Amino acid sequence: MNELILRTVTAVVTFIIILFGIQLFFAGHYYPGGGFIAGLVTAGAIILLLLAFDIKTVRSMIPISYRTLIGIGLLFALGTGLGGLVFDVPFLTHAHGHVMLPLLGDVSLHTAVLFDLGVYFVVVGVTMTIIETIGEEE
Amino acid sequence: MTNAVIFPIAIPLTTAVILIFCVKSLKAQKVISLVSAGALIAAGAWLVRLVDHEGVQKLDVGNWPAPFGITLVSDMLSALLVLTTSVIALAGLLYSFYTIDSKQASMYYYVFFQFLIVGVNGAFSTGDIFNLFVFYEVMLMSSYALLVHGGTKIQLQETMKYMIINVFSSALFVIAVGYLYAVTGTLNMAHLAVRISGAENTAVLTVICLLFLIVFGLKGALFPFYVWMPGAYSAPPSAVLALFGGLLTKVGVYSILRTFSLIFRQDIGYTHTILAWLAMATIVLGVIGAVAYRDMRQIAIYNIVAAIGVMAFGISLMTKESLEGTIFYLLQDMVMKTALFFIVGAIAYVAGTNQLGRFSGLLGSYPLLGWAVFLTALALSGIPPFSGFIGKALIIRAAFEKGQLLFALIVLLSSLLVLYSVMKIFIQSCWGEARGYEQKRVAPLYVPIVALLALAVLYGIGAEFVRPYIAQAAATLADPSLYIESVLKE
Repeated sequence: MNELILRTVTAVVTFIIILFGIQLFFAGHYYPGGGFIAGLVTAGAIILLLLAFDIKTVRSMIPISYRTLIGIGLLFALGTGLGGLVFDVPFLTHAHGHVMLPLLGDVSLHTAVLFDLGVYFVVVGVTMTIIETIGEEE
Repeated sequence: MTNAVIFPIAIPLTTAVILIFCVKSLKAQKVISLVSAGALIAAGAWLVRLVDHEGVQKLDVGNWPAPFGITLVSDMLSALLVLTTSVIALAGLLYSFYTIDSKQASMYYYVFFQFLIVGVNGAFSTGDIFNLFVFYEVMLMSSYALLVHGGTKIQLQETMKYMIINVFSSALFVIAVGYLYAVTGTLNMAHLAVRISGAENTAVLTVICLLFLIVFGLKGALFPFYVWMPGAYSAPPSAVLALFGGLLTKVGVYSILRTFSLIFRQDIGYTHTILAWLAMATIVLGVIGAVAYRDMRQIAIYNIVAAIGVMAFGISLMTKESLEGTIFYLLQDMVMKTALFFIVGAIAYVAGTNQLGRFSGLLGSYPLLGWAVFLTALALSGIPPFSGFIGKALIIRAAFEKGQLLFALIVLLSSLLVLYSVMKIFIQSCWGEARGYEQKRVAPLYVPIVALLALAVLYGIGAEFVRPYIAQAAATLADPSLYIESVLKE
């Protein structure tokens, strides 16, 4: 089958989807969105790559083990929780505040973003592990 | 220290995450798991000491005050169970080191092992009924993975059944929690207790209580919900089976113990009588199964069922003495059931079969294994001075005081049959001419077996030393106001 159209479109659309995922991720701070849905959208982008190309090509494009990605995500989430222990406040207590950054100006920062980043990695990792495990059989 | 309660959950969780990164190296996995198990025991012991000195410990996770946020609560019961779980985790690890090969280990065996401990310790420590569901799920997810680990046909088949029944009971759990929330408007267990003690419409609460009994009965293998267990537990390797036998069903018992003593006190005469009858049926069918089977694993599995019945009966009596007996029995049963499955696994390893009668005369070549079976039989059935005695004695005395002679007699008779069922393993596998087994190196398996048996014997002989802790745990259960005050203070 001639997959020229699919491949050409995928090359562009994948980036748009991933960017949309990142947009969703940061929107989740105040609006609907967040790590979980952003992770799913990103995984969707990678699955599109898998459909257009094959597992081998995609692996060479994204040379990370998804299982390790699950571990990294859990590490972020767990680390955010354990941070409370260092400051002798209850587990999973978050901190937030406004910081003046060059160029960006007044930015509100929240440690929950780190936790959410963990969720993002875990969701991408788990989804892709499942898809790959099913896909490899064929 | 603010965060004392979180350590029994955070330590295995951190270990599990670290282990994900080193699945390639069997040695690294073993070392990290071992260090973590040691730390876990230390954390458990420290928690027991802390509760003993400073009373019930609580932690408002994320600094959201109770009853709005999720609260972890450790009273003496929780702390003791967490400590016992840690000890079993260490024993289970030592047993796994020798029985789980490197191929299985590279497929995240030790990671799931740690997640299982996270779920169990979490369920023991949480003070929020929805959070209890969450930790149940953590525990169940890991148990699915461990049950199917190895991927033989029988494992796939039994895991499928096990998953279906557990997904069903989890759905029921959420439904029951939903009802409870709709009626009371809270999920915090201490807050629930306050709301329910002042509630007028108790009939609907009784219905919800029975729904919870079905859910916990399914997890804890109470009659008539234990039917999934003999099949599911016949599939996995011994190390996994021992963990399941020692921990999973006991979480169900703990949940009944906690909810029936803290939350659902509105109609004790009705709900707890139902529990008592279910307990009796569980005991009777459990011992019948244990006596009838000639498969060592099945005998051990039905022994779990019978023991669950005894504990459920202790809960149903709801006096301070019976609760004390239940806790005594629960702790020793966790240790002894794990040991029993270790021993059965070791025998099956040298004999190559679980069927009694195909081999005999183990005592000649494996004297330690033989006497371990003998000791287990005595301890399980409750021959003094071994560990099963005190718990059963307290429960039966409480039953006599309440005038429940028939039930007390059934518990007494069941002890005899339990003794017979395990002695059957001893006689048929250890006596007679040596045949049907091979000479294999089992010394590494002795370490966790002997350690657990020694612990159980010490627990029985040193009951005087343990009793203040148990009494303290029972006191908090019998008088929930202590628990409620320490959760809702401030």
